[in-house]
Amino acid sequence: MSVLVYAEHDNATLNKVTLSVVAAAKEIGGDITVLVAGKGCGAVAEAAAKVDGVSKVLCADNDAYEHQLAENIADLVVELAGDYSHILAAATTTGKNFAPRVAALLDAPQISEISDVVDGDTFKRPIYAGNAIATVKCADAKKVLTVRGTSFDGVAEEGGSASVESVDVVKDAGISSFVGEELAKSDRPELTSADIVISGGRGMGNGDNFEILYKVADKLGAAVGASRAAVDAGFVPNDMQVGQTGKIVAPNLYIAVGISGAIQHLAGMKDSKVIVAINKDEEAPIFQVADYGLVADLFEAVPELDSKL
Amino acid sequence: MKVLVPIKRVVDYNVKVRVKADNSGVDLANVKMAMNPFCEIAVEEAVRLKEKGVVTEIVAVSIGPKAAQEQLRTAMALGADRSILVETDEEVQPLGIAKALKAIVDEEKPELVILGKQAIDGDNNQTGQMLAALAGMPQGTFASEVNVADGKVKVTREIDGGLQTVELSLPAVVTTDLRLNEPRYASLPNIMKAKKKPLDVKTPADLGVDLTPRVTTEKVEMPPERSAGVKVGSVDELVDKLKNEAKVI
Ligand SMILES: Cc1cc2nc3c(=O)[nH]c(=O)nc-3n(C[C@H](O)[C@H](O)[C@H](O)COP(=O)(O)OP(=O)(O)OC[C@H]3O[C@@H](n4cnc5c(N)ncnc54)[C@H](O)[C@@H]3O)c2cc1C
Ligand SMILES: Nc1ncnc2c1ncn2[C@@H]1O[C@H](COP(=O)(O)O)[C@@H](O)[C@H]1O
Repeated sequence: MSVLVYAEHDNATLNKVTLSVVAAAKEIGGDITVLVAGKGCGAVAEAAAKVDGVSKVLCADNDAYEHQLAENIADLVVELAGDYSHILAAATTTGKNFAPRVAALLDAPQISEISDVVDGDTFKRPIYAGNAIATVKCADAKKVLTVRGTSFDGVAEEGGSASVESVDVVKDAGISSFVGEELAKSDRPELTSADIVISGGRGMGNGDNFEILYKVADKLGAAVGASRAAVDAGFVPNDMQVGQTGKIVAPNLYIAVGISGAIQHLAGMKDSKVIVAINKDEEAPIFQVADYGLVADLFEAVPELDSKL
Repeated sequence: MKVLVPIKRVVDYNVKVRVKADNSGVDLANVKMAMNPFCEIAVEEAVRLKEKGVVTEIVAVSIGPKAAQEQLRTAMALGADRSILVETDEEVQPLGIAKALKAIVDEEKPELVILGKQAIDGDNNQTGQMLAALAGMPQGTFASEVNVADGKVKVTREIDGGLQTVELSLPAVVTTDLRLNEPRYASLPNIMKAKKKPLDVKTPADLGVDLTPRVTTEKVEMPPERSAGVKVGSVDELVDKLKNEAKVI
């Protein structure tokens, strides 16, 4: 067995979720090669070479890969797919975008969002918004997997000493181009890797009211998330959405404020270690998963919480 | 321009499914079924493009059991002009679905295929990307805005870091995210009209594709159940519990 791991990065730094993907690769077994594709991504390749357990890093540094367009990245990965038995990517919007293309081009099945490795052919994954966990098996010689970052403790960032090989394969499908992006800027920790997350829902009323959550977040060093209803209402941008179809988080502490607890929201946060819910409706389903529930008006409770931290 | 909209019949999103006692799967007997919510958004987007004069024909397609005709009728009540059911009672996985859709694409030659980003039963999020790869088309996944102009489509995508806009040559594949639009409800007259719209039934053999599953399900279990904790009476008590009992702040 040998595993190819696709590195998640922004051309400057290696995203920590890659450490979790390498952890999953280690459980599968065999040599681990990490592919860093991007533009001006040499520093990322250097960082990947230091990651514990990695035996080789491939660096494909070219204009064609700058924005990780799925068409180009998939063609590159297919070209490099060689003898790898498993091709792994993080179940992020990047991984979800290109990995199924790779699978289809290789006529290999993809197993999405694995949460556990049973053996090299057998994996667990949540289905139906996490209301069931399926154990699935695939005996094909080659398979594509996306990995749920929160389900695997990342390997150490240091400790490895892999070689870095540059790859000069240029794949530019020429059918798609990057127009622009609007990236959220925040000094707070990243949602999916934060130790503490405080999220607001429709109960927040409007976007300005999120200010009271930001204040608490800054005292706790927390990231701020939201329910889909809060995103749909335009209170906050989509990148803050937690849930079945948003981001999956599993922090030590998750504080849900003005969120009812729909199954789609629970799917994204119910693996958190400690859950707190603040909601004025004592019947809200969120209380069924909360370790500590506070029935209160959030506009009183959150400022009070802020003052007592 | 012709648009193909693949739709899936799934458990209604309000249903909390239960795992069968023998761990062979989830219990779907007598459970309410519906069109996958992301597919409803795909149909709505196609209808809006038709209303804008960009699209001339909308073809809905589903691979699944006979009962999926209900969802195809719904799609036609919402504005699809005709539909195709590839009828099978067997489980078909995303790669197989993508192969079947590729065969339909070869026949229908749509300029745009709009799918949901994810079916809420299997949560796979694969089919659109796989179809795009097999058909050699570019893809705009997780779309929150779609603009067709000058033989191209511009797609704004919901990504982890925010929003990204890409431009694709046509024909192209788009997959929908929740914010793309808010689907309309079918009116009674349109539901009646949909009964007369053409619904073509095919078999996988007609398409000449092998839909055999490549992944087997060994067992399906309940996730670890979280039990409700305690209600605290005040913010002070909450802070105390978080500091001294849970030790998380
Ligand atoms: C296909 C699909 C996918 C979806 N994916 C997601 C997803 O990934 N993530 C997600 O979150 N949702 C998702 N949803 C939406 C989900 O079904 C719910 O609609 C949504 O989670 C509800 O958000 P909410 O709890 O903020 O709003 P509501 O359900 O409206 O709840 C608001 C809560 O705020 C409380 N409240 C109001 N005012 C106050 C106050 N002053 N003080 C205290 N409490 C107050 C109310 O009691 C209520 O419980 C999805 C839906 C579909 C159909
Ligand atoms: N059986 C099916 N028939 C038609 N379209 C499907 C089927 N399964 C999946 N799709 C399409 O592919 C999208 C993504 O599904 P999935 O990859 O299974 O998460 C759905 O929203 C549909 O648009």
